[in-house]
Amino acid sequence: MNAVLQVENLRTHFFTKAGVVKAVDDVSFSVERGKILGLVGESGSGKSMTGYSIMGLIDAPGKIVDGRILLNGENIIGLKHEQWRGLRGNRVAMIFQDPMMTLNPVLRIDTQMIEAIQAHEKISSVNARERCRAALVRVGIASADERLNSYPHQFSGGMRQRVAIAIALLNKPDVIIADEPTTALDVTIQGQILFEMQALCRDSGTALIWITHDLSVVAGLADHIAVMYAGKVVEYGSVAKVLDAPLHPYTQGLLASVPSRNRRGQPLKQIPGMTPSLLEIGSGCAFRERCPYRMPDCEATPPLSPHAAHRQVRCFHPVTGHSA
Amino acid sequence: MLSYTLRRLFQSGFVLLMMSFLVFVGVYAIGNPVELLINPQADDAERLRATIAMGLDKPFYAQYLAFLGTASTGDFGRSFVFNVPALSLILQKLPATIELALFATMIAVVVGIPLGLIAGLKPDSFVGRAIMALSIIGFSLPTFWVGLVLIMFFSVHLGWLPSNGRGDTVDVLGIPVSFLTWDGLTHLFMPAFNLALFKLSLLIRLTRSGTREALLQDYVKFARAKGLSNTRVIGVHVLKNIMIPIVTVIGLEFGSVIAFAIVTETIFAWPGTGKLLIDSINQLDRPVIVAYLLVIVSLFIFINFLVDVVYSVLDPRVRLGAQSGGGH
Repeated sequence: MNAVLQVENLRTHFFTKAGVVKAVDDVSFSVERGKILGLVGESGSGKSMTGYSIMGLIDAPGKIVDGRILLNGENIIGLKHEQWRGLRGNRVAMIFQDPMMTLNPVLRIDTQMIEAIQAHEKISSVNARERCRAALVRVGIASADERLNSYPHQFSGGMRQRVAIAIALLNKPDVIIADEPTTALDVTIQGQILFEMQALCRDSGTALIWITHDLSVVAGLADHIAVMYAGKVVEYGSVAKVLDAPLHPYTQGLLASVPSRNRRGQPLKQIPGMTPSLLEIGSGCAFRERCPYRMPDCEATPPLSPHAAHRQVRCFHPVTGHSA
Repeated sequence: MLSYTLRRLFQSGFVLLMMSFLVFVGVYAIGNPVELLINPQADDAERLRATIAMGLDKPFYAQYLAFLGTASTGDFGRSFVFNVPALSLILQKLPATIELALFATMIAVVVGIPLGLIAGLKPDSFVGRAIMALSIIGFSLPTFWVGLVLIMFFSVHLGWLPSNGRGDTVDVLGIPVSFLTWDGLTHLFMPAFNLALFKLSLLIRLTRSGTREALLQDYVKFARAKGLSNTRVIGVHVLKNIMIPIVTVIGLEFGSVIAFAIVTETIFAWPGTGKLLIDSINQLDRPVIVAYLLVIVSLFIFINFLVDVVYSVLDPRVRLGAQSGGGH
């Protein structure tokens, strides 16, 4: 395995006045060069916090309490602030959900791009600017020279997200974490950006972690998929395998709730119940209250265990026997 | 930009006209200056002569129109008391007031913005809380009382700083200034601090809340995700955003600093326009009162214009006058 990034048993907890919120609670996955991992889950399942943990952007009262994050084989947890800053935007880059909010409204695009290069290497502004221009061209922005002198409000949402992607690509990072970057865009732009990101990562050998709640996006984009529920990875495997034959009842429920044209006119399926509050979550399988296949032994916490080749599932009773 | 400036000028002229009318009504109502200016033993003939000499025998509208006529040529009449042109009397006192106001604003900016930033970055720390407590004291205490306490402490008790006057002055381009001599500076410091205290507290609160709000924005998180140093994230990304409201407030407050200087100037016997105004009101010196208020209004208008220009420099989304900068 040629993994650029390996996350092992990561736990990020928030120590609030109301109690400890286990936002990320035992998350493991790995991504290889040029491959795309889809990190799927509902709101509050801890997928964004997993991304922030890898970036070292967890603010107080949050803290990474356990686990390892191996970047090119080196554990980056426990790095000094300054060392971690040197990795951010350089070896690991991140793209955020809302392109209207991620660019600073009062700074020109060139300022915001050049500073991203100069934070990591000594380079003249002229040379840095040329690299920024090239990056804008690469993400499909026309008349890049002129655009560098513009302000964010002069761009549309899709264009801004392209700029954010160009910024993420500037330092040729090993890993890009994309936190629902197409959720705020309309469907045609979403399609373009998905296609372009896929091509960019394949060509540059950058690994991509695509955080989303949208299974249909992941289906066409990712190589592997990690499904998260209540801070834990509940299922991990190749996209084809996981989507064709889900092992975890939660994955199965998620897939069943995607609207399909074969069931036109029928009520949409949903998973009964609500996601548990991460505050009052006890031991045991977090999904058991909503699970149709619940057994007495689900009161114990299931481990994430290998099922078949390259597949893992966190369930005592994987769905193989049931009809999916 | 040109059409914008012209429109602003036209609006300003209208504001000045309205203001002059209100002020004129105001001073007309507060009493007859003749009673104060001539000898109480004077007979009716002499009283009439003085009234006619000052143009006070004519009806109100005639007085106002006559004033407008001469004012449009820059002549605001002669001071009843000093018998010199009212405008030159004010312009002669104005540099002292502006020096005081500028110095006070400088103290407020140089001290207030950094303290506000610290309080905004570390809101729960001891230092952050202490700064906020000080700012509450700063704008709860009345200016005149703080001024008196400052004099009591630094002039009377410690004897460190002089309590009144401008001290030694140096002429710069024909205008006397205090801040270039040590003696002048010691005279300037206490009144300037007294005047600055309220703005200082205001700026601390404004900067703090702006910082706290900006820190939650995605663009700050994105800037950190780019691997920028904390210095750059705060010094460029946060500060440039919060400067927009701060500049507005500094500009607007500069006008009120000049206006509020009246209290401070009276306490510290600072020979500026504020003291001149109080003296003029006491002596019903109408032309000086009217001229003073119109000068202050003009200053307000000019400062507001400057603020708008600076605003458009700081915030690229604001383009004065023209409909440019739309998206594609």
